[in-house]
Amino acid sequence: MVLNLNSIRKSYRTNEGKVSVLNDVSLTLFAGETLALRGESGSGKSTLLHIAGALELPDEGSVEIGGKELSKMDDTGRAAVRRKDIAIVFQHFNLIPSLNVAANINFQASLSGPVDKIKLEKIVSSLRLTDQMEKYPEALSGGQQQRVAIARALVTEPKLLLADEPTGNLDEQSAESVLEQMLTLVAETNTALMVVTHSRNVAARMDKQLRLIGGRLK
Amino acid sequence: MIVSCLFTLLSHWYRNPLQIFAYLSGVALATALWSGVQAINHEAKVSYRAAAQTLGEGQYNLIRPKQDKTISVVDYVNLRKSGWLVSPVVDGYFDNVRLLGMDPLTLPSSFLFANANLTSSISGNDFFELLMANENTSKNFGPNIKVIVDKNVAPGMAVGDISLVQRLLNKNSISYLIVNPTQPLEQTELEEIAPHLAIINTEQMTNISQLTDSFHLNLSAFGLLSFAVGLFIVHSTIGLAFEQRRAMMRSMRSMGVSIRTLIISVTTEMMILAMIGAVFGIVLGYLIAGLLLPDVAATLRGLYGANISGTLQLRPDWWLSGLVIALLGTGVAMSSQIWQITKLPILASAKPRAWMVVTTSYFTLQMKASVVLLTLGSIFAILIDGLVAGFALLGALLIAAAIALPAFLAWCLRKLQKSANTPLWDWFWADTRQQLPGLSLALMALLLAVSANIGVSTMVSSFRLTFISFLDQRLAPELFLQVASKDQSSELNTFLSERGIEVLPLMSVETVISKQPAELFGIKIGDTYRENWRFLDAVENPWDRVQLGKAIIVNEQFARRADLWVSDRVNISPDFTLPIAAIVGDYGNPKGQVIVNEELFSNLFPQLYPARFGIRTDNPAELQSQIINQIGIDKNSIIDQKSLKAFSMEVFERTFLVTSALNVLTLGVASFAILMSLLTLADRRIPQLSPVWALGLTRSQLGKLELVRAVLLALFVVIFSIPTGLVLAWVLLNVINVKAFGWQLPMFLFPFEYLKLGLYAVFAAFLAATWPSLRLIKTPPSDLLKVFASER
Repeated sequence: MVLNLNSIRKSYRTNEGKVSVLNDVSLTLFAGETLALRGESGSGKSTLLHIAGALELPDEGSVEIGGKELSKMDDTGRAAVRRKDIAIVFQHFNLIPSLNVAANINFQASLSGPVDKIKLEKIVSSLRLTDQMEKYPEALSGGQQQRVAIARALVTEPKLLLADEPTGNLDEQSAESVLEQMLTLVAETNTALMVVTHSRNVAARMDKQLRLIGGRLK
Repeated sequence: MIVSCLFTLLSHWYRNPLQIFAYLSGVALATALWSGVQAINHEAKVSYRAAAQTLGEGQYNLIRPKQDKTISVVDYVNLRKSGWLVSPVVDGYFDNVRLLGMDPLTLPSSFLFANANLTSSISGNDFFELLMANENTSKNFGPNIKVIVDKNVAPGMAVGDISLVQRLLNKNSISYLIVNPTQPLEQTELEEIAPHLAIINTEQMTNISQLTDSFHLNLSAFGLLSFAVGLFIVHSTIGLAFEQRRAMMRSMRSMGVSIRTLIISVTTEMMILAMIGAVFGIVLGYLIAGLLLPDVAATLRGLYGANISGTLQLRPDWWLSGLVIALLGTGVAMSSQIWQITKLPILASAKPRAWMVVTTSYFTLQMKASVVLLTLGSIFAILIDGLVAGFALLGALLIAAAIALPAFLAWCLRKLQKSANTPLWDWFWADTRQQLPGLSLALMALLLAVSANIGVSTMVSSFRLTFISFLDQRLAPELFLQVASKDQSSELNTFLSERGIEVLPLMSVETVISKQPAELFGIKIGDTYRENWRFLDAVENPWDRVQLGKAIIVNEQFARRADLWVSDRVNISPDFTLPIAAIVGDYGNPKGQVIVNEELFSNLFPQLYPARFGIRTDNPAELQSQIINQIGIDKNSIIDQKSLKAFSMEVFERTFLVTSALNVLTLGVASFAILMSLLTLADRRIPQLSPVWALGLTRSQLGKLELVRAVLLALFVVIFSIPTGLVLAWVLLNVINVKAFGWQLPMFLFPFEYLKLGLYAVFAAFLAATWPSLRLIKTPPSDLLKVFASER
């Protein structure tokens, strides 16, 4: 089991008072499995993804990634999990503007040691980024930037890939192409994938689909 | 991992060369002026130490003639025979080099020359035929004089065996005797052996190092001010770089970089860069110090008689202090950013320029902090006596003014926006308000520089006016001369009396009064004194009381050091006290003075005679030649009033030359801060200006408006600087001067000077804004359009 969320509860304080976002949410994800998480805006999809990505801690419940319980770890421990076991692809790409494509792709993997160059070249080639390696993010289209973000995520060989609206900022054609390449690579590397999306088309391509309604999974 | 993070962080600078330039130059400029001043101070202190080691200054009692210039060999032999352990010294000038002849056999061991024959490779009789001097001084001697180079000898001096120096100076006598601290238990009184000689205690001697402390402290304060101004650039650049990298840091955190690693990486990065900037700064500081040192040397020689080396050496003491303060300053400037990193939410949505979105409440908070700081500084200055408290007040005043500035500017801009009668001006003022947080650090730097300029120029100009008036009072006689002997003194008195010429004889002796080293003067009270001298405070008819021998007059520095004022009684001799009738201003003189009438002085010191004279005459040139020809007084011992005033003013102007240079440099650094702020903000302006351009304003109009904005903001800063600078001047004149030099100066205002300075500052801001404005004017429309395509 790559991801095990058990009885997760999460709420936020706002000016209007306490707002419950996740209410007794549990789910599991195995290696090579793909899952789409859907729901209305504000339904808690991103919060759940962030908890799964060790970016946030739940108020209650437990989070296990690759058998490691996150609530018992400090910031440095959770950072190590994010570095080694998880990779996240964001809607807004989150590329580092001052690094070129090659350095962006290398960055996360290099935090844990030397990068496997053969693997890197294979991923770069399958995402059709070979000619873009020296360019800076500002010179790339949205689709190209998202492919760089996916390459950066997969080069680290994560157990779990989390994607937050990965095609939300792309046109239909680019979205299809990016999704196809991501699924192919995930299948090849036996990585577990959880995608947060509004898109029915994206969700339909996953093994499982779950909906978050009122903070509960349906 | 840290290497990867460091590389990623550094990549930001590679893509933003202007920012790295601003950062490095900020650190470099801040460090340059600080380390330059430290280099000067350090060089001076090394010279003082060398002088103390060479001359034994302040360590041994000396025996000097009470009035004459020299001691005979017979006196020396008599003293030795009577058990006095004394060592003879011959002191004189040889081609502008001060020659000291000493006797290594009788010299106390702490003198440099006492051990010279042990440490030198030259031995035997050869040693007694050599002079010792530092490398620079040794170049003054021709091939006939053998000089051994020793870097520990004070600059401008050479030491040798007494017989050699006597030969070189063509003298047979001795200048003074050094009294060995260990003396026989029983010995005949000096008064019995040689009544014309006197012991000068160490406490009666002026300690050059202590005397010049306030001068060096003033220099350090200026260095610190310049450092603070430079630090504003560093703070501003670090803040901007942090904001621009906020998204990068969030990405790094989401990819598994811990807070600890991120903080270590950012700190390492900033410190490496600060160190590079500091090295540039130290080199620049060395050059500045090299340029200023000759003037500082002249000032110290003129003001305090202190000889310092005119050449600079790269000493670790000052360059290390430059490096340390640069790193500390950077640490302070980046501390708030580090704190923000610890609070940085990984998931917060992008908030570009969040640091610019400063609310009115933040300005109000700054205003409150300003009031608190000013109150604390004032309480500190009132409760604690001393120069450090004075500088604390000065620092509190400047920081308080700086942090109150944004609130003042925001208030002005709000008022102007309300009075705007066209949409364009309404937008202009609103847009200027939006720019304010981003520019406030640079504007604060400008405020500090302009205020310091106003404050210091007011102090210097007030001092100059007071000093000129003081010279007119004190240098009323048309001729001043010094006689060589008692006979010459009597002859001169007779000569002048026969011709009915008013003469003002002056007798003096160095002594200790009220536990303070002081010069006691005996004067002949006449119309010249009564008509010309102005007192800071006095009882009724002070001159009459002094003339009757019932009171004394003291100078201000003596009164302040001894904590005495008018009517307080002073012990003139162990069993004789007199009240103070008046306090007289005595600017530029480091020594305390006590004045009594000539009869009283002669009673106290019957063996002394008038050696200096002031003479009233309508024809000084003719009288001067008559005195030289008929009495045989050396022409170098006579000086006319005009030359003396000119010399005094030259010393005065030289004293403040360094201050003026540092003032100009500080203003330059502040202008640079504005330029850097405007340039680094320029890219961020495009999204704000594009909509206005799209609505119909041309790029040229927008560029001109940017210039107008910079000029107006500088103008507001100048307006705010004037009261700040005047309060600063008041503190300098009434607190710092009193505590550092012992005199209080009246404050004069110089509106024309302030206007001129204001125009310089506005012009500097105009120049600083020209480049960013031109860049805006030349921005291609395609760049402006990208904003609407969300491609930026």
